[in-house]
Amino acid sequence: MAKELLKGNEAFAEAAVRAGCEAYFGYPITPQTEALEYLSRRMPELGRVFLQAESEVAAINMVYGAACAGVRVMSSSSSPGVSLMMEGLSYIAGSEVPAVLVDIMRGGPGLGNIAPSQGDYNQIVRGGGHGDYRPIVLAPATIQELIDLTYEAFDLAEKYRTIVVILADGSLGQMMEPAELPPMLPLRKPEERPQWALTGAKGREPNIISSIYMDPLEEEKLNKRLLERQAQIEAQEVRLREYWLEDADYAVVAFGTAGRIALSAVKDLREEGHRVGLLRPISLYPYPKEQVAALAEKVRAILVVEMNSGQMLDDVRLAVEGRAPIEFYGRMGGVVPMPDEIVDQLHALIEKYGG
Amino acid sequence: MTTENLVETLIYRKPESLADRPTHYCPGCTHGVAHRLIAEVIDEMGVREQTIGVAPVGCAVFAYQYFNMDFAEAAHGRAPAMATGLKRVNPDKLVFTYQGDGDLASIGAAEILHAAGRGENITVIFINNAIYGMTGGQMAPTTLPGQRTTSTPLGRDVESHGFPIRMAEILAQLDGAAYVVRRSLHNVANIRKAKKAIRQAFEVQRQGLGFSMVELLSNCPTNWGISVTESLRWIEEHMVPVYPLGDYKVHPAIKPAKGRSR
Repeated sequence: MAKELLKGNEAFAEAAVRAGCEAYFGYPITPQTEALEYLSRRMPELGRVFLQAESEVAAINMVYGAACAGVRVMSSSSSPGVSLMMEGLSYIAGSEVPAVLVDIMRGGPGLGNIAPSQGDYNQIVRGGGHGDYRPIVLAPATIQELIDLTYEAFDLAEKYRTIVVILADGSLGQMMEPAELPPMLPLRKPEERPQWALTGAKGREPNIISSIYMDPLEEEKLNKRLLERQAQIEAQEVRLREYWLEDADYAVVAFGTAGRIALSAVKDLREEGHRVGLLRPISLYPYPKEQVAALAEKVRAILVVEMNSGQMLDDVRLAVEGRAPIEFYGRMGGVVPMPDEIVDQLHALIEKYGG
Repeated sequence: MTTENLVETLIYRKPESLADRPTHYCPGCTHGVAHRLIAEVIDEMGVREQTIGVAPVGCAVFAYQYFNMDFAEAAHGRAPAMATGLKRVNPDKLVFTYQGDGDLASIGAAEILHAAGRGENITVIFINNAIYGMTGGQMAPTTLPGQRTTSTPLGRDVESHGFPIRMAEILAQLDGAAYVVRRSLHNVANIRKAKKAIRQAFEVQRQGLGFSMVELLSNCPTNWGISVTESLRWIEEHMVPVYPLGDYKVHPAIKPAKGRSR
């Protein structure tokens, strides 16, 4: 299929359709509303379910219900709306049903603004809702990645019976760039729904889906099951991109849009003759711990760049364990850093650690 | 006497739609009656294998264990949203929620209102006993003026705690609501009427007419601190005047339920 000029919010919506998403429940919030609008037209035309809920609280619980029925289902929102979904996400995690959520982050806290931000890293990557769980979190840096990761998210969600969050920011939701859409997958037939699904107990024992385990030992069994699944996810689902790291003396670690801007800065430094590379985590959970740890063995210093106050920074520190100096540069509140700012930071880094 | 003369006639048994296990409900609680009525209706309609229930948070949190059918357990107040998700992707199934007054009229007020407003084709069984049972007897949105609870120890003072909310009357205002009625479980005659209403509500869903809800005035002898007999009398004497029984919304297309209700 040829490349088309696609807007981020519409692109991930269509990617979900092509991945066989059978139902979408959402609520308008800038800067992701175009996804809801797109699907309000697209889903009914395919005979699939679209519903604008009364709130994000209701939307995620509708997702929960449809997920219990064993269909591919998603929602999308932006930071304040995703905060409202935390209760439902915790229940979905505790019930071990698959669901996909796209979070197009904006500036915060509070009502904040509608500008691109990465301020919800901690909320999403560390779990967010109450209790012990972690969703798979994937962070695209381009519209093509936004499409590809959304398309793949449904398989991952079902494989591990988990939540998959596509964590992007307002710039990815709003901008247009050439990208290619994947082929349309056939919808799952009703008789092909998973054995655990709630479809009416016809000729079988009833299925029960709940997140309640009154016996603490039973709840601990669930926690252990989730941990085992997380161990599988950590072993199998790490995703990242590396740029010029083979001979790098200095490395930038940045994800999503910050990673994309950092790439421009790293290119500039290379043109100046500096051996600088970039590691861009794509899976934020599972975090590319080993690859970041390996950096510490070979570079003189690491610069972490984020559009927040330093949230992924903690994961870099946990991976590096003090074996290399780490500096941080962040813009907050919906401010997007310019490549020149990162170039300046890299010059300072090289100066400080003896280029 | 020979054995040939002994003919056993089974006149009462557990409905197939109820699971064969003891419940955790307090002695004399009408939850058991409500469960049985729903199960009898589902049996009589022959739809056990096409029905999906959604349990609430509250005393009926374990309802999924007591029914013999597919069931989900919702977050507090969110059962109508969860049921919406289940129904939209299972349009040929019957989906019902079972919710108490704290769940439905307080924390889940938005979800029930909008499910009714959308004309969501689900059935809601609403247990109104004017108190929070599971957490130990706190004020509910349906607690009567002057009623003592553990969070209104001097009685519900409407000046500071507000007034009871009448959900059947509120929801009946919405165009999406096809069948909204209030019944009571305080005596046999009313229990029989309650069963007919539950049957009608499920029939409304089967006919695709829209949102249906049966509010059931119920007791809580434990948290009201009175005997079971007194609690049933209390429903009649104190609750019914505040929550009048009756049909608040009956869609003109509703046809009477087929088959005799036993």
